[in-house]
Amino acid sequence: MKIYGVALLAACYFAGLIIGELLGSIFGVKGNLGGVGFAMLFFILLTDWMNKKNLMTEDYAAGITFWTSLYIPIVIAMASIQNVNAAINSGSVAIVSGIVATMFCFFLVRFLISLLKDESES
Amino acid sequence: MIHAVYEMFLKNGFVLSFMLVGIMMFITQFISDKILKNKIPGVALAIALGLILASFGGKAGIADIPLFSGMALLGGSMLRDFAIVSTAFGASMQEIKKAGWVGVVSLFVGVFFNFTVGVIIANMFGYTDPGDIATLASGTCTFIVGPITGNAVGASSEIITLSIAAGVIKVLIVSVVTPLIKNLVGIKTKTSAMVFGGVMGTVSGVSAAMASINPKLVPYGALTATFYTGIAAILCPSVFYPILKWLML
Repeated sequence: MKIYGVALLAACYFAGLIIGELLGSIFGVKGNLGGVGFAMLFFILLTDWMNKKNLMTEDYAAGITFWTSLYIPIVIAMASIQNVNAAINSGSVAIVSGIVATMFCFFLVRFLISLLKDESES
Repeated sequence: MIHAVYEMFLKNGFVLSFMLVGIMMFITQFISDKILKNKIPGVALAIALGLILASFGGKAGIADIPLFSGMALLGGSMLRDFAIVSTAFGASMQEIKKAGWVGVVSLFVGVFFNFTVGVIIANMFGYTDPGDIATLASGTCTFIVGPITGNAVGASSEIITLSIAAGVIKVLIVSVVTPLIKNLVGIKTKTSAMVFGGVMGTVSGVSAAMASINPKLVPYGALTATFYTGIAAILCPSVFYPILKWLML
């Protein structure tokens, strides 16, 4: 049953979000703190374990990979519902800080990745 | 008759959104293959097309037009987050452990770095209230955190809107520019995708960029980017804001 795979995915999704909500209330912040990240970790651990125990059938996997394949179309739909006009018209402080921070981030990523290479060579 | 067809699309907005995104991807893939000879990935073009379409609407982009309201469900945070978790299927725990320390370092460096840039620029634009500056800087980290800090420090809705805008600008640049300069930045491996997610932090931008570079990298970039959002939501209002306020006194 493909739905079992989807249901496991949904269970991990909620398990992660619950952790995120808990962290949010501990730190007194409105919103979910990294819940999706925890959900991903749970899902990786669960599917890893199921693979080892030969519990992950092709059928379960098909239910999960269907959602994986929908990811890109979802991102495209997401792009089409952004408040692009407000972002462009909102005043230069937003545009400048968005652009400058992102440009500096590209350099920072490049620098951190170059550190990684040194690490693997040594 | 035309009215009846319109009513039908209106009633079935979610199903219509599948068809629309399919058509968008078909057109952009065709342009990428035949006209641009695969120099720009079809996915990157489709995302750019989505952003252009969004400019025809308002607050919720194209979903503000009733006919396209189904896009809000397909592209909303519920399905996005669910699909992001599903990309973790087949991600290897070993790869994540391998990137462990550098992933964590890039997270904290990334949040601190973005916030600092945001503070400097807000200062240059003449903002003097620590709450306003912290809100703008939080938006520079990622647009989810702008309103979180803004609400915590009691910033005005104009400032909160600006902070969201800064984050959305970042999403736009990260989604569209990253695939074009991937070699320059050095995004090839799963570990480098984790560093990228940790520094940039915008889940939408990072996952869109990874999707057009190599879909296998999506879970690694998205994982650190979601933790970035969580850490930024803790650090910006509860640690950085008090420090900023203290520094400015």
